Amino acid sequence: MLLIHCPYCDEPLPELEFAYAGEAHIARPADPSALSDEEWRDFLFIRSNPRGHHFERWRHINGCARFFNAVRETVSDKFLLTYAAGEPRPDLAKLTGGNA
Amino acid sequence: MTHFSFAQVIKGALTGQKHWTPQWPDAQPKAGYDVVIVGAGGHGLGAAYYLAKEHGITNVAVIDKGWLGGGNTGRNTTIIRSNYLYDESARLYDHALDLWENLSTELNYNVMFSKRGVLMLAHNVHDVQSFQRHVHSNRLNGVDNQWLSAKEAKLFCPPLDISPSARYPVLGAALQRRAGTARHDAVAWGYARGAAARGVDIIQNCPVTAIRRGPDGRVTGVETAKGFIAAKKVAVSAAGHTSVVMQTAGVKLPLESYPLQALVSEPVKPVFPCVVMSNSVHAYISQSDKGELVIGSGTDQYVSYSQRGGLPLIEHTLAAICEIFPVFRRMRMMRKWGGIVDVTPDRSAIVGKTPVPGLYVNCGWGTGGFKATPGAAHTFAWTIAKDEPHPINAPFTLERFTTGRLIDEAAAAAVAH
Repeated sequence: MLLIHCPYCDEPLPELEFAYAGEAHIARPADPSALSDEEWRDFLFIRSNPRGHHFERWRHINGCARFFNAVRETVSDKFLLTYAAGEPRPDLAKLTGGNA
Repeated sequence: MTHFSFAQVIKGALTGQKHWTPQWPDAQPKAGYDVVIVGAGGHGLGAAYYLAKEHGITNVAVIDKGWLGGGNTGRNTTIIRSNYLYDESARLYDHALDLWENLSTELNYNVMFSKRGVLMLAHNVHDVQSFQRHVHSNRLNGVDNQWLSAKEAKLFCPPLDISPSARYPVLGAALQRRAGTARHDAVAWGYARGAAARGVDIIQNCPVTAIRRGPDGRVTGVETAKGFIAAKKVAVSAAGHTSVVMQTAGVKLPLESYPLQALVSEPVKPVFPCVVMSNSVHAYISQSDKGELVIGSGTDQYVSYSQRGGLPLIEHTLAAICEIFPVFRRMRMMRKWGGIVDVTPDRSAIVGKTPVPGLYVNCGWGTGGFKATPGAAHTFAWTIAKDEPHPINAPFTLERFTTGRLIDEAAAAAVAH
């Protein structure tokens, strides 16, 4: 079971309290009608799916119910960082000491 | 290649079983091939087999980072069925089922395909309506599927609890009698043996680190742990790791990789006659010929390459199994494991060409790739050989995510394929 640190409740809590909500930092296009079919495909369907560090959204559904973002290593499933929604994407090199 | 037969069994018995030889050689890579297939699971080995047998292309290598059949081919719950809602899926999976029926004869290798029937339980009114729609759609497509009342389902599968007070009441079930299970390892071994006998090199423990492209954009070969291997065509069939491999060729795919878990109980005497799936409560179960109950669940909710998966899902699945089959409440579970499955947004596979000339991909099978093994391999080999889609895999293109012509089995089934 994953232990996930909710940045709002500020404590590590069991995975059962959380719902995964997909890749993070995918911004909805500002002018949707201007997008080509390829750009819509990239926005809707293409995901980075890395074997390594993944930026992702979680929701503390059975707790404070708020969305937040996380950086997790997808082979070990270890969380490097969780941070509030709306905060900028953290610099991966700083988090991993350059070993990303 | 040794031809297995009854006479050969008798001869072996009388001569102290000294006739056994390796079924395929452990090949080392040559400098170049006509076709390199990345991933030696059922799909990749099957494609090599059909390339050699039906298209006369034998200068082929199948390369795997581990041992053959050691990925999802050896980790699934071996369920085979074809009762999918949409026409495109019905054709593809029923083509696979047609091939399954004669596969042991075709390969001269017993894949233990057992048409024991797959029963899909309906627990609420929505399930009933949805499954009856599936049954009608399947019948229009010539796919075997029938509706059973709860009592008929109980007759077909006696351990089932159909009492009205059950936690998950059974209101009926869809039964595909032609569906069943097969021995997953034997499928990989049978295809490997058949392909190797026709000259295909099977290279194990050799990770492919990158796909190389020439100045004109065409593939030139693959970089591996054993050096560069040139190839006129490269076909990727790497399940959960497909997006990692394809990224090295500059192709981004609409895939996400999730762990899918399964577990087996201690072996017991034959107690469970068929396969039962329950989409609403996320559990499926059958009994292997060894006697173990083989139990599968849904995917974990998060993207991962860990091949483990989390315990909460196992707990949820077993809770459901114990409610639906109270007889199993005291069974002990022996082992659990995870495989990494590549899931597409519409839960249908991608089989065919890519924007890169000479590069082909067979991926996105998500939680249900095993059942499609012969059909996917057969049509994929066609596409590799002729550089054009097979009529059956033609709708399963990568372009459908641009054009919007999705094959939305995600909406049709939502879970457990």
